[in-house]
Amino acid sequence: MKEFLEFFSFADANVRYVTLGSVLLAGSSAVVGCFTLLRKRALVGDAVAHAVLPGVCLAFILSGTKNPFILLVGAFITGWISLILIDFITSRSRIKEDTAIGLVLSVFFGVGILLLTAIQHSGNAAQSGLDKFLFGKAASLVGEDLIAFSIVAILLLAATILFYKELKLLCFDETFAKTIGFPVRGLELLLTTLTVLAVVVGIQAVGVVLMAAMLITPAAAARFWTDRLGVMLVLAAIIGAFSGVAGAFVSYTAPAMPTGPWIVLIVSMIAILSFALAPNKGWIARILRRRRNKKLILEENLLKLLYHLGEDRQDYTTTRPLQELLDKRAIPAKEAKYGLAKLRAQGYLERSKAGWSLTPEGIKRGRRVVRLHRLWELYLTQYLHLASDHVHEDAETIEHIITPELEQRLLEELNYPELDPHSARIP
Amino acid sequence: MILQVDNPVVEVHDLTVSYDRKPVLWGVDLTLPAGALVGVIGPNGAGKSTLIKAMMDLLPSGSGYVRIFDKPINEVRKRISYVPQRESVDWDFPASVFDVVLMGRYGNLGLFKRPRQADKDAALEALEKVGMQAFADRQISQLSGGQQQRVFLARALAQNADLYFMDEPFAGVDIATETAIIELLRTMRDQGKTVIVVHHDLQSAANYFDWVVLLNMRLVASGPTEKVLTQELLEQTYGGKLTVLTKVGDLLRKQEFPMREKR
Repeated sequence: MKEFLEFFSFADANVRYVTLGSVLLAGSSAVVGCFTLLRKRALVGDAVAHAVLPGVCLAFILSGTKNPFILLVGAFITGWISLILIDFITSRSRIKEDTAIGLVLSVFFGVGILLLTAIQHSGNAAQSGLDKFLFGKAASLVGEDLIAFSIVAILLLAATILFYKELKLLCFDETFAKTIGFPVRGLELLLTTLTVLAVVVGIQAVGVVLMAAMLITPAAAARFWTDRLGVMLVLAAIIGAFSGVAGAFVSYTAPAMPTGPWIVLIVSMIAILSFALAPNKGWIARILRRRRNKKLILEENLLKLLYHLGEDRQDYTTTRPLQELLDKRAIPAKEAKYGLAKLRAQGYLERSKAGWSLTPEGIKRGRRVVRLHRLWELYLTQYLHLASDHVHEDAETIEHIITPELEQRLLEELNYPELDPHSARIP
Repeated sequence: MILQVDNPVVEVHDLTVSYDRKPVLWGVDLTLPAGALVGVIGPNGAGKSTLIKAMMDLLPSGSGYVRIFDKPINEVRKRISYVPQRESVDWDFPASVFDVVLMGRYGNLGLFKRPRQADKDAALEALEKVGMQAFADRQISQLSGGQQQRVFLARALAQNADLYFMDEPFAGVDIATETAIIELLRTMRDQGKTVIVVHHDLQSAANYFDWVVLLNMRLVASGPTEKVLTQELLEQTYGGKLTVLTKVGDLLRKQEFPMREKR
């Protein structure tokens, strides 16, 4: 708790820098990741992330320093080469893209690890800290590093804002973009460059191994919450930035801890929560919808049942004991009781010692269900030419879902019928 | 029956198009008149979509050239418009109907520029023309096939072009949409625009088009509808593939042979 307050009071200048850096890095890569995701190039991002490692190591070996600009250039170059190789392999051989990605990723990462090991055993005193590129270390985002990576992050954000319209069209409909004269090759090059740069700046915080998650997961999580690209970009940036700060906090309080895995865990938690909680598309929303449907079916079936019982003698307000209802229709007693109680609470039923009876509203709603049932049966026999003994099961479910507008359409198309296929009156 | 016209809107000269070295369209020589509703008709795999894509320079051509409004296509991009096949995009993309129609204005806007109010007006007007104004804010994945087709059409209309290429706009749409679309195309033609439509249904072709292009790996016929839709020409078009042509094409691919001697 003490550390928490200490960190989030931002009293320490270092903390301020680290937080700012993490927000920029994670946010900008999340924004670029949205386009990578929508262009269905998520795996490519992973390949690039792994392919920057040899670039970092080579840049270090050649220059002998850990100057962030030089390391960035090295990372950028090998990241790019990996992409060109993937495209080259896919277009010039029978190897499919996923295989090409796998090949390039493992070869580049293997070479990177080899170089890294060689450097660590070379006895070069300046090498300490290069291994943070593997799993990331947000807390080391200070001084020159911070400036270098932040500049790139801001460039990334500026480019996506500037080219928003173009990238959007490129991801949605590349062919159309070509026909209206957009420089599609150039835009593709731009998006690839942005992806590589996003990876290059992100690795400082997350490390090469887990960078793909930083690129793709915020975008995937954001997609659950919105159907608008603009909103998706902002949400992804916020999700990315939040996990960036969380990672920085962990890195600050537990310096021995690699930051990358923590950031990825947090962002993945957000993605899982989005998957569960998002309105409409989310897992819980779907369960709730299914339960609501079930409840609606149960309640309407009970109202229909009472209405049916009253139909024989045109007497809908008679009080009927529970057992009579259960005898007529096989509903589990517990469910029936629950449904009846709910209907009573909604004002559709009344309860007395003798049992249950419909209120005027209950009669109205029960009648509507019966009417829809019979209308649908008639529709099936007339328009789908189904035999009249084959339509009941269908109508049992459809009666619950027909909207008032559809009801009106049905009435018109069937010419306001009097009788259903079984010669029962349509109320 | 290959009729050439004076002052054509589209001029295709000796065009051969290959996929992976295998030619799918051989030596097409074709001119199309201005202000016509043109149907490109032929069996599956005849190269209908390939032809209009090649006209728009979306595919590398093995040989030959295309001129539109008597100019290279890249000089007249703003005057042409394309309605791709509905299945060519992922409709789960996070965009609204209005967003997609607005894309029709991007070409006029040029790079970097944001859509202005005038562009939004044009997009709304285009939506109205296809009867989809009530759906402007709808997420595109919630549309039916016919509605998706209308959205694509509205996007093309928003471009205010003079020449339209449409790839199977009637495929998999309901009758109401089909009627609405053909009405719209006729109105466009009456305004002097040229509309080139890839179409697969022979029955309706005679009714829909003023000019018909019959295609089956090579150009079979091109001319006014009543002169082209004859028993003899249709038999040539639909009477099966030319076996030798297909075999030569396969050979070219297998041997990695060039289509022309020097390239």
